[in-house]
Amino acid sequence: MTFLDLARRNIGRHWLRSTLAVIGIVIGVIAIASMGILGNSIGLMFDDMITDVGDTVVVYPATGSGTTAFTERQVTDIERAAGANRVIPLASTFDTISVGEAKSAAMIYAIPAGDIQFLLDKEAGTYPRDTGSGCMIGSRLAANSKETGLKLGARVKIGDETLRVTGVLAERGMGFDINPDYALIVPYRWYSNHYDRDEYDMVIVKVRDVKDIESVREAIEGRMNRREEVVNVMDTKAVLESVFEAADSITIFLMGIGAISLIVAGVSILNVMMMSVTERIKEIGVLRSIGTRRSEVMRMFIYEALILGVVGAAIGGVLSFGTGYLMMAVLVGRPDYLYNIKSILYIVFGMTFGIITSAASGLYPAWKAAQLNPIQALRHE
Amino acid sequence: MPVIRFDNVSKVYPLPAGDVVALADVDLDIEEGEFILVMGPSGSGKSTLLNIMGSLDVPTSGEVTIAGRQISRMTDDELTLMRRDHIGFVFQQFNLIPLLSVVENVEYPLILKGKKSGARERVAEILQAVGITESHFTHKPGELSGGQQQRVAIARALANDPAFLLCDEPTGNLDTKTGTAIMDLIARMNREEGKTVVVVTHDPRMTEYADRTIQLVDGRVV
Repeated sequence: MTFLDLARRNIGRHWLRSTLAVIGIVIGVIAIASMGILGNSIGLMFDDMITDVGDTVVVYPATGSGTTAFTERQVTDIERAAGANRVIPLASTFDTISVGEAKSAAMIYAIPAGDIQFLLDKEAGTYPRDTGSGCMIGSRLAANSKETGLKLGARVKIGDETLRVTGVLAERGMGFDINPDYALIVPYRWYSNHYDRDEYDMVIVKVRDVKDIESVREAIEGRMNRREEVVNVMDTKAVLESVFEAADSITIFLMGIGAISLIVAGVSILNVMMMSVTERIKEIGVLRSIGTRRSEVMRMFIYEALILGVVGAAIGGVLSFGTGYLMMAVLVGRPDYLYNIKSILYIVFGMTFGIITSAASGLYPAWKAAQLNPIQALRHE
Repeated sequence: MPVIRFDNVSKVYPLPAGDVVALADVDLDIEEGEFILVMGPSGSGKSTLLNIMGSLDVPTSGEVTIAGRQISRMTDDELTLMRRDHIGFVFQQFNLIPLLSVVENVEYPLILKGKKSGARERVAEILQAVGITESHFTHKPGELSGGQQQRVAIARALANDPAFLLCDEPTGNLDTKTGTAIMDLIARMNREEGKTVVVVTHDPRMTEYADRTIQLVDGRVV
């Protein structure tokens, strides 16, 4: 039997009240942890995107300049500026495609056949050859075209020419350069012949080392924009990093909401503890009169608040693992994000915050109990 | 050398309506092993006198010496340790801790003092000495009769082997027969264990137990 034991017994004396206080802490911990996990997953999502497309520099014709497309010569200039990094020029258009009797419209990207494999991953089939009349289709386009029969091996008609689908691309998600998931990919030579065009709409530079992105960007700008603004260069890393910062702010904002609920829980513990002190004034008087020191009375009440906090934090921690998993699975679709060390840390953080809130809420009632005059407390009925 | 000495002790409670003098210039010596009865009408300062003897309260003026130590200069912690180690309180309302069983109530002062080994044996010994049978040890105070509760309270007061037993109307909440038994028990502790006993009471029948009776009227010894 110690003060800890006394505290535990007193909690058991009012189990309903104590349970309610614990539930408050549980909700607070879950709120803080799951909000943190959610924010962290948003960050992780962007993180994955950075590694996917963060090595890309996209060169567009500058808006408002005379240039609307790049000539072969300009592409060569960009290649020189980009040094050893791979430069992929491409053109895009929007046209009607027909498979058998079914007609629909689709985005068409024209890429030099040899470069396609460096920009896009395939899921099935082969990459088209420069000389043939093959094409590839985006994964979503393939998935959405089950009825029309647009699939590997199918024949697609564009204008009066027929292309054969040689491959299906792997899903790529939203990118900052092109969105091939719903598009048709054709070799540039075919496009050039078919549309009688020999210019490119944009140039994608794949940078080997992400650290070189800045210098590649500067080199291209320096070379192309010497006299007048000819190109706009966008590097995806810079764009993603600003998005990344936004994700951090979202995390903090979400956790702030969680923190508010935990503070409310703290107030409820304060309330429970004040009730506990008020009800036990006489008991405190007895304890003090038979030789319990102020610090010991204080300890007893802080233990009481701590027990509520620790129990609440423990239950909250376990439950926030569950809620976190559900949230990741339902909202983000990536339950494995939960096993990220930072996600786990948010649970630990939520639990710690819950315990600290409880202890802090117990301080004032405990101090008040310790300051009671033993004689007056003994007379209290 | 008296074990409790009051030297010109006054206690004044300042109240908005005017100061209330609870004790006025009290001089008092209590020798070791004495059985003292403090009597007087309500509001005569009996409880204040007992509280100061028990180092629960300090005088406004004058000096109180308990077991050779002056209490007016003591800190709250020192007063608390004085209560813990040298004084046993017995209250009219028994004042056992409802959360604790009979055994734990008596053990509590020992634990405060940091005793671990042999504590239970000593508790059992004391409880048997005050007439509580072992079958009642694990009961909660609320399950016992008033007389049994007061016996447990006396056992608790004796747990740390104090020099003094200070009893504030120990029979006030008991019927005559039980009250007599409790007084017999307290008297036995005085006689056999050599405890110095101070009992505050209204009951004039108690005088037969006492070596000496102190009469208080309006805060003065008469």
